[in-house]
Amino acid sequence: MARRVLLVEDEPSIVEAVSFILTRAGWTVHAHADGATALDRARAGAPELVVLDAMLPGRSGFDVLRDLRADPVTAAIPVLMLTARGQERDRDLALRLGATGFMTKPFANAELVAEVRRLAGG
Amino acid sequence: MTLGFETLVAASLAYVALLFAVAFLAERRQREGRGAWLRSPWVYTLSLSIYCTAWTFYGAVGYAARSGLEFLTIYLGPSLVMVGWWWTLRKLVRIGRTQRVTSIADLISSRFGKSAPLGALVTAIAVAGITPYIALQLQSISLSFAAIADRGENGLVAGDLRLVAFWTAVGLAAFTVLFGTRNLDPSERHHGIVIAIAVEAVVKLVALLAVGAFVVWGLAGGVAETLARIENAPVPMWTGERGRWAGLIFLSAAAFLTLPRMFQVMVVENDDERHLAVAGWAFPLYVFLMSLFVVPIAVVGLERLPAGSNPDLFVLTLPLAEGQEGLSLLSFLGGLSSATSMVIVATIALATMISNHIVAPLWLRARPAEQTAGELRRVVLIARRLSVAGVLALGYLYFRLTGAGTALSAIGLIAFAGVAQILPAMVGGVIWRGATARGAAAGLAAGATLWAWTLFLPSFGVLPASVMAEGAFGLSWLRPRALFGIEGLDPLLHSVMWSLLVNAGLFVLVSLVTFPTPLERLQGESFVNVFDRGPAPRALGRAAAEPEALLVFASRLLGRDAALDLFREEAERQGKSGHLPDTTPVFLARLERELAGSVGAAAAHAMVGGLAKGSEVSVDDLMAVAGEAQQIIEYSARLEQKSAEAERTARALREANAKLTRLAAQKDAFLSRISHELRTPMTAIRSFSAILREEDLRPDERRRFAGIVEAEAQRLTRLLDDLLDLSVLKEGRLSLDRREGYLSDVIDRALAAAGVLPGSGLRVIRDPSSEIVPVVTDLDRLAQVFINIVSNARKYCDAPSPELRIAVRRRAGEVIVDFVDNGRGIPAEERELVFESFTRLGGSWREGPDGAGLGLAICREVMARLGGSIAYLPGQGGAAFRVVLPAGLARAAE
Repeated sequence: MARRVLLVEDEPSIVEAVSFILTRAGWTVHAHADGATALDRARAGAPELVVLDAMLPGRSGFDVLRDLRADPVTAAIPVLMLTARGQERDRDLALRLGATGFMTKPFANAELVAEVRRLAGG
Repeated sequence: MTLGFETLVAASLAYVALLFAVAFLAERRQREGRGAWLRSPWVYTLSLSIYCTAWTFYGAVGYAARSGLEFLTIYLGPSLVMVGWWWTLRKLVRIGRTQRVTSIADLISSRFGKSAPLGALVTAIAVAGITPYIALQLQSISLSFAAIADRGENGLVAGDLRLVAFWTAVGLAAFTVLFGTRNLDPSERHHGIVIAIAVEAVVKLVALLAVGAFVVWGLAGGVAETLARIENAPVPMWTGERGRWAGLIFLSAAAFLTLPRMFQVMVVENDDERHLAVAGWAFPLYVFLMSLFVVPIAVVGLERLPAGSNPDLFVLTLPLAEGQEGLSLLSFLGGLSSATSMVIVATIALATMISNHIVAPLWLRARPAEQTAGELRRVVLIARRLSVAGVLALGYLYFRLTGAGTALSAIGLIAFAGVAQILPAMVGGVIWRGATARGAAAGLAAGATLWAWTLFLPSFGVLPASVMAEGAFGLSWLRPRALFGIEGLDPLLHSVMWSLLVNAGLFVLVSLVTFPTPLERLQGESFVNVFDRGPAPRALGRAAAEPEALLVFASRLLGRDAALDLFREEAERQGKSGHLPDTTPVFLARLERELAGSVGAAAAHAMVGGLAKGSEVSVDDLMAVAGEAQQIIEYSARLEQKSAEAERTARALREANAKLTRLAAQKDAFLSRISHELRTPMTAIRSFSAILREEDLRPDERRRFAGIVEAEAQRLTRLLDDLLDLSVLKEGRLSLDRREGYLSDVIDRALAAAGVLPGSGLRVIRDPSSEIVPVVTDLDRLAQVFINIVSNARKYCDAPSPELRIAVRRRAGEVIVDFVDNGRGIPAEERELVFESFTRLGGSWREGPDGAGLGLAICREVMARLGGSIAYLPGQGGAAFRVVLPAGLARAAE
């Protein structure tokens, strides 16, 4: 059974790129453009990993992360935070809120795959 | 040769009538405010000429006939004062104005702490010294009558002379009362009299010059001849007594400063201290002209007139003897002018002093204080009129008692020596802060006593011969002519030396060993440092209970406006017009209550009580207290102001700090946004570029990914373009390309560029006829704004069948273009944000990769540059933007 990744990202071209890369690496990718539906999906489906964009419309990626960690169902799911703002403050905030990994856009495709594999434990 | 008695009387009366007319007209001009020329430095200089009395008009020739050039000393003294003591004169004039000094007695009294005894003492000295001087003028008038009038076959008898003197005195009294005491002007200025005196100054100068010219060119036969005659004259021109010369020059200089009438015209009547600058050279010139022909007239008179003729009357008798009746009459009028002008001014000065320093204090002491408030004025006025009559009566009495025996110049010099006693106190008072009232009193009393003993009383002949020869009480060192055993001096010099020496010595000594009262200190300070106080500060009038004084006083404590309101209101309540109520007990009580708020009840009570009584507490004392209170109030107001300023500064700093913090946060947010907007397309480009390098892609995948890369690259380019655009706009470096066009064309272009075409999904509703509006503006930039708005509508309007309504209106010099769609619109809380950089609203975020959130920010900048505006228009159902273009811009550009 393919391992499932939940991708929370609002930029269509980035959704397409990440989906293509991870799918080719053997993952099943479920993409959501906003935090609310992504949270529902995470609770329902228990993905092995969440790839979470920091800049989402409405509720930000950090809000979503806080909610994930607050819910016992999702609290243990590893979360890889992606951000295009590239500021130290964002990295600190993400790690403090319980993100498992942190990557700055743009990234190398191989790096993303390696990081996803490391965080998902295999 | 004589002139008819009736002719002389008629001429005199006509002349006096002329003076009345001149004075009357001048006063009227002054009241009508058309009298600016009346206050010229020339009038001032001419008024100073009252120094030249009948004594100098007639007597100088007599003096020259007896003692040669010595008569010049009485002219040299004043001239030296005018030239060399100009600064002191200016100081006196300034003090006179700032302190509202009314006479020389007032000056001394005021300087030494408003001392009433000092004022009375100076007044007494002045009256004693000047009464003989007035008598001298009456004498000169009657003598001149006697000399030239023809009273038929019997000639003039003594009774006639007394009659002349009597009626002269009466006439002068009438004139002086009429023009000198008409009102109690606090400045004590009398423009009518000053002008009359100026006229008289001209008359006497012309008369003397005319007689002199007649003598030199008519009788002596020219200048050279005259000089030769002087050379051979029986009188030595140069007596060679240097001590007497120096003494006389000093004496006349002192008298010039201290004679009450000189003080009156020089200080009291002075309108402008700059007049002194002209008088400084013009007055010496005047006395030079007055003295020019004195010696020739004396020498020629001695030569031509029969032996035994009175040389004091040469000016009159010489032309008469030569048959020049007209010239003689002119000379007579000149003498009359000299006498009358002196008498008038001296009488005013003395009357002011008597009424202010003797009558008013006595009356105030005699009456209960509460009743004095309104009456003082009336009493002083009556006292002044009575004093005028009294002074002239005294002068007449003196004239009757002493007869016509004494030489004119002798009486004059005695008067000079008398008033010169005031000099130490006067000069010391204005230059030395340490001078005290006791010092001044001691000096004045001692000096006056010595003068009376050594000069004044002996001149009457009232001292017994034994006293003259052996001294009083048998003490030889008290001999009037040889005080302290010093003999052989000229009597005048002897008297002047001793009296002034003792006077000045005691003044200094007693001042050194006594302490001034606080008020003396205050007054001394303001006299000595009068120039430090800026130009002419306002001082209070002397009638203490006057409502004006209360008003000035209240203004200092309550503030000008509040005080004025209070007084005006009270005056209204009393049924009076204006702003000065009567000082009724009710009003005083009310004023006291008002003042209590500023200085406390006890102080207010003492002050108002003092002001209302006007005698016990000096007005200046109260003013000083009020001034201090005012300073304290001002100081605390300044402190408050300062702390308020500090608070304002702190607030401004806090605000600036908050603004900086906000700006820093905004900058951070802006950089984050830029970073995000740049990295997002880059991420897609980098990922797909790497993917595209791989071999195992399907062709359709390859095409699709290449398309995404291209689109994202375009998005990056647009973003950079927008950023540059915004930066140019924000810095104001945008150069506008203004052209004329029609609004309809601009809208057409915008719709096409935004991809809104028929059938494109967004239906555009327009009113073509309203759009035919000519505009002169940067058409491309305006189109850019429209494109942004239309694109937003196309992208974000979420209605099932999207519509955009474009409406154009013209209103009061503006062109208004409204864009309204039928979508959900923008939530109220986000409307503020749409014009900020990088704002894309929540619900529209996913809509597309082609907006970086800079569009409306750019629109706002563009409209600002075009002189218009863009704003969100609430309450239109959907999203609505209003673009306003100034029509004025279109006109101005042409």
